[in-house]
Amino acid sequence: MNILRREVMPLKNSSDVVMARQKVRQWSTELRFSLVDQTKLVTAASELARNALDHGKGGQMTIESLVNGVRSGIRLVFEDQGPGIPDIEQALKDGFTSGTGMGLGLGGSKRLVNEFGIESEVGKGTRVTIARWR
Amino acid sequence: MERIPVLRMGSLLLITIQVDMHDKLALQLQDDVTQRISDWGSTGVLIDISSLEIVDSFIGRMLANIAAMSRVLGADTVVVGMQPAVAITLVELGMSLPGVRTALSVEAGMELLFGTGAPAQSGWSDEHPQT
Amino acid sequence: MNELTEIISKNESQIMAEWIRSMEKSVQRTDLISKTELEEQCRSILTAVVTGVRVSGPTEIGGAGWNSARDLLREISTSRARQGFSPGEVATFVLSLKQPIFSAIRRELSSSQDKLFDTVWTATEMLDRLALITSDAFMAAREELISRQQQELLELSTPVVKLWDGILALPIIGTLDSARAQVVMESLLQTVVATNSKFAIIDITGVPTVDTLVAQHLLKTITAARLMGAECIISGVRPQIAQTIVHLGINLEDVVTKAKLSDAFALALQRSGRKVVREASAPLSPISGLFTKREE
Repeated sequence: MNILRREVMPLKNSSDVVMARQKVRQWSTELRFSLVDQTKLVTAASELARNALDHGKGGQMTIESLVNGVRSGIRLVFEDQGPGIPDIEQALKDGFTSGTGMGLGLGGSKRLVNEFGIESEVGKGTRVTIARWR
Repeated sequence: MERIPVLRMGSLLLITIQVDMHDKLALQLQDDVTQRISDWGSTGVLIDISSLEIVDSFIGRMLANIAAMSRVLGADTVVVGMQPAVAITLVELGMSLPGVRTALSVEAGMELLFGTGAPAQSGWSDEHPQT
Repeated sequence: MNELTEIISKNESQIMAEWIRSMEKSVQRTDLISKTELEEQCRSILTAVVTGVRVSGPTEIGGAGWNSARDLLREISTSRARQGFSPGEVATFVLSLKQPIFSAIRRELSSSQDKLFDTVWTATEMLDRLALITSDAFMAAREELISRQQQELLELSTPVVKLWDGILALPIIGTLDSARAQVVMESLLQTVVATNSKFAIIDITGVPTVDTLVAQHLLKTITAARLMGAECIISGVRPQIAQTIVHLGINLEDVVTKAKLSDAFALALQRSGRKVVREASAPLSPISGLFTKREE
């Protein structure tokens, strides 16, 4: 698997979240993802970028364009040095439907992508990796 | 400061979201809508999202909030023009937008809000006294 | 197992002849492959087997000596899959090599029972493994063919039909797997927007089985349509499907379902404020005044 392109974007304020979304949109358009797949990826990116900002106290997003044989894909890594997530399993279950509005959007985002990975340590930070393939 | 315009058509508030909103803008819109309902006594709110290509949980909650707050203030809300890709993504995300009524178009939305009649002109009674 | 190697090499032509003869006796499929071609294939396989046994031995089928045998078997198997042979016919092709080889072994080792048994065992293991390679290649070729056909079917767009102003029908024919469900859902929703149709009737008369996965796909479609401001009605629910749905515990509380498409259509018309009325045919009849013509 090869990484064709890579860029790192800061997530320090809410306009950064918009820029990150637009960057993901732009790259997925260039890679000719279908409209629905684009929408899913950009929405997932929006959720996770916002998480990094709101819960992680700011961080960054790394976007990579990948190629694996004949398939092309996009990988996003969201990192923050925030408080971390104590119970990842629980966080993955919590949704907006839980009604508190504190749903981290993690569980939902997982369903929007092909690959999903999360590492988090309390007090150290969180790192979420997602990927979508054409 | 940039804001999403809230237009008035009689007792209807019409909002067309055309930009990729950042969070502050979304919160500003919530405030503006509630303020305007209060100022103008509006009974209907129509939010056109046909240009919105992304509705994530934050925007979804904003829409649900606007609907809930408006109801408390005596107005009904309808969201119109949701794009298929957005609907599909929301379903996958698990967002159901509770309390938000939807319609396919502005016309359909107006019909939902006011029946087949046009939105009443506020300050203009439907029944004119026979003189 | 030098014995086996020697026996096969020494008896190559006899094994070859017996092999071909055994196939003549069983189903030969001269409709799919000519006798000459068959003989040619047998010859090349046997040669490759001899090479394999000589270079890598009868047990190391993965070894370099067996490369040409493996490639050859895969190639023949793939082309047979495409030609329309049955999996059994392809496997028999390889397995029928056992008889001639066992006969050769018996001729050569009739004096030593133990050696006879061991050699037969080695030979059978070797041929079984070769038969498995052949079967696997066959399956892979079939699957590739099927997936290509599936792709083509998908591309034959699932038609969305306009029944009336604001009322669409989507007849689904065939199995609804994940890939197809995605296409169907997108197509339906796009047509809903394009035609401004508040009602979409999804007819599943042509869907053979409804399992939890299919039900999930349908429910997702219905939810998405609802989010957009359109209503879905499911029609064509056969009695067996109704039973399956209840048995699986699928919750269709929020979904309107009808057994027949016509019922669903009638419902959609009604919900959109329309009615179909029969016009009076004899205007001079005194009762005609009772029939009014309603605007559609």
